[in-house]
Amino acid sequence: MTLPQTAVEIRRAIAAGRASASEICEATLERITALDSLLGAFRTVDSERARRRAAELDRHQNDLSGLPLLGVPIAIKDNICTRGLRTTASSRILESYLPPYDATVIERLESAGAIIVGKTNCDEFAMGSSTENSAYGATRNPWQTDRIPGGSSGGSAAAVAARMVPLSLGSDTGGSIRQPAALCGIVGLKPTYGRVSRYGLLAFASSLDQIGPLATSVEDVGLVLSVIAGHDPRDATSSRDPVPDFNTDTSADSLKGTRIGVPRALLREGVDSGVLAAFDQALAVLEERGASLIDVELLHSRHAIPVYYLIATAEASSNLARYDGGRYGVRADASTLMAMYEQTRGSGFGAEVKRRIMLGTYVLSAGYYDAYYLKAQQVRTLIKADYDTALANVDLVAMPTSPTPAFPLGERIEDPIQMYLADVFTVGANLAGLPAISVPCGFTAEGLPVGLQLTGRPMDEATVLHAAAAYEHVTPWSREIPSLVKNAA
Amino acid sequence: MPAHFTPDDVDQIAELARLKLTAEERALFAKQLADILAYAEQVQEVDTRGIPPTSHAFASPESLREDQERPGLNRDDALAAAPDANGEAGLFRVPRVIGG
Repeated sequence: MTLPQTAVEIRRAIAAGRASASEICEATLERITALDSLLGAFRTVDSERARRRAAELDRHQNDLSGLPLLGVPIAIKDNICTRGLRTTASSRILESYLPPYDATVIERLESAGAIIVGKTNCDEFAMGSSTENSAYGATRNPWQTDRIPGGSSGGSAAAVAARMVPLSLGSDTGGSIRQPAALCGIVGLKPTYGRVSRYGLLAFASSLDQIGPLATSVEDVGLVLSVIAGHDPRDATSSRDPVPDFNTDTSADSLKGTRIGVPRALLREGVDSGVLAAFDQALAVLEERGASLIDVELLHSRHAIPVYYLIATAEASSNLARYDGGRYGVRADASTLMAMYEQTRGSGFGAEVKRRIMLGTYVLSAGYYDAYYLKAQQVRTLIKADYDTALANVDLVAMPTSPTPAFPLGERIEDPIQMYLADVFTVGANLAGLPAISVPCGFTAEGLPVGLQLTGRPMDEATVLHAAAAYEHVTPWSREIPSLVKNAA
Repeated sequence: MPAHFTPDDVDQIAELARLKLTAEERALFAKQLADILAYAEQVQEVDTRGIPPTSHAFASPESLREDQERPGLNRDDALAAAPDANGEAGLFRVPRVIGG
């Protein structure tokens, strides 16, 4: 018998007694054992914890059959706190950190019946676009293992793309869910800022960070969002807006009446020809499904990368001050408090994290605050205003998720600016706080996945998910599986 | 704004950021930070006269609550991950700060 693959199928099969949570769990652990030595998607796999949990769910299956994620295995990015399960943010400074509490999203997933199987590799403290900034080694792209999986949630994307797990959670500060989802050929959603509680997410840039799901289908992503969304008194920025049911299958419905904006001027330079070709075909499909395409202008988005890196590093320099060797993490031996701080942080953080803390410290320092940080916040206002204007006239904005497909490992690691440019189309949604999805939309000539990004109005994930599902419904891309995975099966 | 960073400039920022850098990092960051700031210089082209800054995309939701006691992290759990702590006294321990 073939076991169910997607979260929706797994839940149905377990609830109906056609499969047990333990069977699904064993199959998941077997696939991780078979594939992860090639990919390095996981930082920690806790098979005992997963087995115990699956057995417990099976014992109470009769009472739990209504749970939305009953028996569904999920992998968690290693910057989200899991009580008693090592959480390093892929940093040396948290080498053996065992959080004393669960993030709100973890509590909600477990209450919904999900099984946490492990923690996934990422760029250190989510700072990067390739997952090469992990202190524990890079993750590889399942489509071509000499290439990066994207980042910073590269482990979460690779684990799902390789079908080791049906679901994962990532975090997205400037594209860290959507870009790796695109580069690995899966679906990834950054919800509206405030839609999902950030309690228990190791903070990188608090005005931009948001937790979201990765999966092989739009339906599964909606299912997870329904579980993790909603107000949390422990996150003062979490929204009190009601949470609609995102787990409705509207994929067969027409897109008639949906207006999709395309910022053509922004796409004129620096976009790979294979990416652009796949994007244009995707627009044609959306049009066939009934959507109308409208030119929109996001004039100030050409400055989005510097604005993002000035703001995000400033916030990071403050957020990462807490890692000082005092209350948790590793500590360097030193005779004075100041030396302890400097040596702990100097040896505990990797190069990219130190670079960003330095940049953020500089742009916040006396004499430069107005020229850089304040200026960037003013341009942020203009970038957001462009989106507001566009979204007053259209329901969604369409762009490629990433300007290029997955690049070779090592290609950009010595050149921070080239690495930062990977986020050119994704940072806008973070600066403006908007929900945005990446859905697979084809392959380049060299066989690398391309993602279509759809950005919506605040709190309107429903329209984003509907359009993505309608697109997915008539295209084969989400169902393509890397040959490495097929050969292992 | 400096057109370039000297290793001395880097030292000053590193001190503010409480980071001990190696000699190689000093030299590398001097160059890379200068490159990144030169690239970021393009934001100066944008006319922002009269434009208010945005610190958060949306105004913070109403977040006042009743001032009531609620359970928090218990002390043993809070101390458990510390590199050095005195569990009995309930204290984190660090090198001496005041006096000799």
